[in-house]
Amino acid sequence: MFKKILIANRGEIAVRVVRACHEMGIAAVVVYSDVDRAALHVRKADEAYPLGTAAASESYLNISKILDVARRSGADAIHPGYGFLSENAKFAQACVDAGVKFIGPTSAAMEAMGSKTRARQAMEKVGIPFVPGTSRGVESLQQAKEVAARIGYPVMLKAAAGGGGKGMRLVHAPEQLKSSLDEARSEAERSFGDSEVYIEKAIINPRHIEMQVLADEHGNTVYLGERECSLQRRHQKVLEEAPSPIVDSDMRRRMGEVAVRVAKAAAYTNAGTVEFLVDQQKNFYFLEMNTRLQVEHPVTELVTGLDLVHLQIRIAAGEKLPFTQDDVRPRGHAIECRIYAEDPDNNYFPSPGKITLLLEPSGPGIRRDSGMYEGWNVPIDYDPLLAKLIGYGTDRDQAISRLMRALNEYFVGGIKTNIALFRRILRDPDFRAAKLDTGFLDRMLKRREEKAGDSRLAEVAALAAGIFVALGSTAAAGEYAAANGVAAGDKTVSNWKNASRGEALR
Amino acid sequence: MRLRNSEEWELTTVLMLYDVIIDGKNYQLDLSRAEGRWSCHLDGRELGVDAILARPDVLSLRIGNLAYEVKLERVASEWHLWVGSTRFAAEVRDPRSLRGRARAGDDQGPKKILAPMPGKVVRLLVRNGDAVELGTGVAVVEAMKMQNEIKSPKKGTIQKILVGEGAAVNAGDVLAIVE
Repeated sequence: MFKKILIANRGEIAVRVVRACHEMGIAAVVVYSDVDRAALHVRKADEAYPLGTAAASESYLNISKILDVARRSGADAIHPGYGFLSENAKFAQACVDAGVKFIGPTSAAMEAMGSKTRARQAMEKVGIPFVPGTSRGVESLQQAKEVAARIGYPVMLKAAAGGGGKGMRLVHAPEQLKSSLDEARSEAERSFGDSEVYIEKAIINPRHIEMQVLADEHGNTVYLGERECSLQRRHQKVLEEAPSPIVDSDMRRRMGEVAVRVAKAAAYTNAGTVEFLVDQQKNFYFLEMNTRLQVEHPVTELVTGLDLVHLQIRIAAGEKLPFTQDDVRPRGHAIECRIYAEDPDNNYFPSPGKITLLLEPSGPGIRRDSGMYEGWNVPIDYDPLLAKLIGYGTDRDQAISRLMRALNEYFVGGIKTNIALFRRILRDPDFRAAKLDTGFLDRMLKRREEKAGDSRLAEVAALAAGIFVALGSTAAAGEYAAANGVAAGDKTVSNWKNASRGEALR
Repeated sequence: MRLRNSEEWELTTVLMLYDVIIDGKNYQLDLSRAEGRWSCHLDGRELGVDAILARPDVLSLRIGNLAYEVKLERVASEWHLWVGSTRFAAEVRDPRSLRGRARAGDDQGPKKILAPMPGKVVRLLVRNGDAVELGTGVAVVEAMKMQNEIKSPKKGTIQKILVGEGAAVNAGDVLAIVE
């Protein structure tokens, strides 16, 4: 087993991996950029090394700096987390060359899956079901027209090197094809430095369901069940659950076997995820393989009882999978909410800044993977994911009610978050009925949220607002003083404040 | 209203009078203290209130025997109150202060265009003296890899731009003034 692992990441996932290391008696080394010196992952680590300025290219994406830290710290393995270098085949190879074990698949497996068109060509050979379309980039408008006519409109144009919705266009009719193709190509070129675009039949209101796989380095590959990831905004996942409400044991087995075939075709090792689009008739089509640990891995952990990060580390250390496919039995239901620093009143724009107040939920069936703490300044430089709140229950209804209860306990002050969005989702009748597809969230957000308009609660708010001012806590102290005709900072105010605080601290 | 551990407080009577606006609706609130006892009138109705500041910005309230936890969310100068899981926009004015009133209904005259969040000004879309409409883009502010166009709150002329491209700004910083 490894003695020391370098975690080449930040935020909640770096904390998650530090915790796994400590649980396994392994020393955890972290890296940080200038704006992350005070970040939680640095506080939790055994060793921490500065990388440089905030820009990812100078810090968390800088291969030579990270390998230099591996050498200096004497780490024998590197966990890349998700994002940053996690799916970078060059990095995986550079680790091999530097004699450090990369906790993830080989660079060859990553390369095979890295380009959507190349992955598609490889998978077609082993009979994996695909959405009808081209497995190569389209060469001309004429060819695009022919393909689109053959598979039938609407069609989707997609960047071969893509992800996150960039370089994607939905085309309803032949006359839109030229402009959409030009746009998709230039966006793909700008975003990925590669203008290759391919065409697929557009599946209307699909579900996005993915299958977790795990493969050791001795040829054993298993699937750990699916995650329903249909709740997305701007092609980014917002809420995930396991199991999917529409997948029964027969469909799970069929999807799982396809996922294992995909992994084996790529000689895949370690943890990976095979993504599928599922149409309204429950036909599933291979979309892509994510060659890393996913953000939403905790829902699978809760329903399988397995620790995926422990298993990743054990597999990388050369151990065999400690169980077989038959041992994997999902139990109960888990739902994850991605808590982002973003402003629901301002089109969900990122809202970095100082966290002035943090009340965190706990209690039965609640897991919280967080990278924040009270007093921490959320930097403007990185992804706005702050934490993940996961609810677990005997069944879906109980998981929902526990999550709702926990969301009501959760409070982040000083910055804005999307916590209220999840209350709205969990209350939604279609969500409750598990009528989910990738358009669900956009449709829900287009409807105006009717406010309950509880006049009794509004009165409580009015009363509380006055008391907050009267108590003179910080910003409002001046107004309090004006009301009383005394100077701000008057002794009465502070006594009063101290007395009530002292009471609460008992 | 009763606040615990009140013995040490002076025995003078203090009356506080506030205009409170909750989601656009006005309430008049009198809080008064006499001999360590508190009384509270909301729009003239007396309420038996027991309040504990559990920690800064978190109030545990009992109104009669009903218990509420109220959390104060402050971002820049905005106040929102959460009563349980319901959120209310809140503004408190001291009626004796004219400052609050002067702000209300002030659509004439110069208006500040504020940064809604901390970030970096990546582009300025107007120059001094440019005519703008309501909703014209003024600047692009980037945070967490997302770009947000900051729009003019009114029709007018850009009187002054206070930031340069590349500048780091905090929430509430003035980007420009439109007249």
